[in-house]
Amino acid sequence: MTSLAEAWRGVRWYLRELTGESQYERYLERHAREHAGTPPLSRREFERRRIDGLEPRPGSRCC
Amino acid sequence: MTLTEARSRMNPRSILIWTAVAIVGAVAWGVLALARGENISAIWLVAAALGSYAIAYRFYARFIVRRVLQADDSRATPGERVNNGTDFQPMDRRVLFGHHFAAIAGAGPLVGPVLAAQMGYLPGTIWIIVGVIFAGAVQDMVVLFFSMRRDGRSLGQMARDEIGVVGGIAALIAVFAIMIILLAVLALVVVNALAHSPWGTFSIAMTIPIALFMGVYMRSIRPGRVVETSLIGVALLLLAILAGGWVQNSSWAEAFTLDPRTLVICLVIYGFAASVLPVWMLLAPRDYLSTFMKIGTIVLLALGVVFTAPVLQTEAFTRFAFSGEGPVFAGSLFPFVFITIACGALSGFHALVSSGTTPKLIQKESQVRLIGYGAMLMESFVAVMALIAACILDPGLYFAMNAPAGLLGSTVESASEAVNNLGFQITPQELSAAAAAVQESTLVARTGGAPTLAVGMSEIFSGAFGGDALKAFWYHFAIMFEALFILTTVDAGTRVGRYMLQDTLGNVYKPFSDVNWKPGLWFTSAVVVLAWGYFLYAGVTDPLGGINQLFPLFGIANQLLAAVALTVATTILIKTGRAKYAWVTLVPLAWDAAVTLTASWQKIFSADPKLGFFAQRDRYAAALEEGQVLAPATDLDDMRAVVTNSTVDGVLSILFAALIVIVIANAVVVWYRALTSSEPLPSTEVPAVPSTIVAPSGLIATAEEKRALAAAGERS
Repeated sequence: MTSLAEAWRGVRWYLRELTGESQYERYLERHAREHAGTPPLSRREFERRRIDGLEPRPGSRCC
Repeated sequence: MTLTEARSRMNPRSILIWTAVAIVGAVAWGVLALARGENISAIWLVAAALGSYAIAYRFYARFIVRRVLQADDSRATPGERVNNGTDFQPMDRRVLFGHHFAAIAGAGPLVGPVLAAQMGYLPGTIWIIVGVIFAGAVQDMVVLFFSMRRDGRSLGQMARDEIGVVGGIAALIAVFAIMIILLAVLALVVVNALAHSPWGTFSIAMTIPIALFMGVYMRSIRPGRVVETSLIGVALLLLAILAGGWVQNSSWAEAFTLDPRTLVICLVIYGFAASVLPVWMLLAPRDYLSTFMKIGTIVLLALGVVFTAPVLQTEAFTRFAFSGEGPVFAGSLFPFVFITIACGALSGFHALVSSGTTPKLIQKESQVRLIGYGAMLMESFVAVMALIAACILDPGLYFAMNAPAGLLGSTVESASEAVNNLGFQITPQELSAAAAAVQESTLVARTGGAPTLAVGMSEIFSGAFGGDALKAFWYHFAIMFEALFILTTVDAGTRVGRYMLQDTLGNVYKPFSDVNWKPGLWFTSAVVVLAWGYFLYAGVTDPLGGINQLFPLFGIANQLLAAVALTVATTILIKTGRAKYAWVTLVPLAWDAAVTLTASWQKIFSADPKLGFFAQRDRYAAALEEGQVLAPATDLDDMRAVVTNSTVDGVLSILFAALIVIVIANAVVVWYRALTSSEPLPSTEVPAVPSTIVAPSGLIATAEEKRALAAAGERS
């Protein structure tokens, strides 16, 4: 793999992690481990719950 | 497994590198200190800052983590222990650094240094760099660590647990008060930047439909594709900035030319809507947009400064540093430089981010150095760049933009004359040309720091990319970028204030504590927006210039919160038997208390009406009684406004000073009890649980850490 492709992968990984886009994959892994056999939430439903979960804790934003 | 311990001995290569870093930093400081009467390059500021940060991070921060905090990587963090997949989970240190930085850095480090530039480049530079190393970054890291050891308890809760009920209540009031003042001051910066500017107003107004579109896109069209959505959002944003230029030259211009009072009403309505709407519609998409813009612009600014190496036009010290008669804000160097520059050097507000959200996401205890100390150093660097952007401007232009309208008048001729009276030169033609270059109708009395920073940034950017032709674009880009941050803070801050109020009122009337109870939600949102809206409106209509009056109050409130945070940290060090290291937080606390209390004292008791709120009140009230109008007031209503504002501001100064004294006095009692107690006081830490995660401690994994990671099958 060239170093350019590696850098691109790194940037992509960083942005996906930073924005929480990779959370769904993590959820699927966890779901398969802990609740094997039951169907996991769809992406749409998962993202809905994830963003609605931010409701009670918007997080302070400083100056 | 403790990965950090193996690195305690320095090899000859690293001794050589660190000696070189120390020499570069020392030479840069030497140039800054000794250069007089000649213009020096901004590169020396950058070198002094980076050299000092590197040494501080490598040696001082490490000393604190190891000896004072005694971070233990074999102990599981709350993220590892609780790991519920939402607010508690171990997050990669580099990702968490990005999150934490985005949460602490906003418009604050951009505004304060610009205002403080009235005293010259040196006072601000020294305070930003020395302050962050010994106070600001220490506060952020120590609070982060102590909150992490207590499952992410908030600053208010820790104050109650460690100091007592009185300290806890005082801390709670301080947090709420600073939130209101902060929102008002930041909103005032936006209003001053957008007033009578159709280009800016159109671009900022467009961020609302852009955010709404992003919200719907992420929820219904492409669920969870955040990066893709953010890139579309950024592209639309750049288009909105370009379109602003077309709007300005079209028949629509009139619709977007708003006077400050109308903008206040718009902002209050917007703040209310943002607080009651679900987060997915406005708040979350705007947050993504602002994070991307923040990182992009800061990188761009750093590259621009390094490539163009602009020359500083300001003196090291102007005479306002000592006379205390500066037009931008009154008062002399001590204590007001340390009040004006809060974010970037020491900001109490960060303690709210460092306790609560971030500690629940840390992987390893020793990472507090990278995340707490490191992110704050980065914010400090942003402040240094803002200072550079203000100091490369011609001082005549700087004062024509930042002195209050009452002093400058409204024409380029009156402004030119006023600036000459201050001892600086700018001709009316030069002022008109500067405004024309960025396609604004005027730059006279564009206070608040944002327009000044935008002119400085357009200078730097157009020097590096695009030349003079793009100056107006870069100016409005900078205005947009700052307004975007500020509106994000207004959204989130109003909501946080609303929750605090709902929580408190819930103790009196139960339904309030349900955050989704509609009447409660509307009532508390309205109270919060009207509270900051009041100060905003008062600031906009203040004949003496709102920023000049309100900014010191904001600084005092922010440093008051820092005093609470440092007091809590000192108390924990003493209570856990580490009194011999308590100086690490006690010295910055003593400095911060001295600065804040001196500033409060002067604001309350000074007989100079420019400085003391009550002296100002007496002067205007006495004139009002005789029916006189004192300049810069133009009628009796103006006179009444000055009397009301100075009374409110004065009472708030008293409140802030009283709170700080109460918290510290209460803590001293606890310190005495802890030091004289025969047995150790009960611990408030969560008991230790062994950690199974393998993760590097610093930003870049060492060779040994990489081997450990490979053995555990993790990514470095």
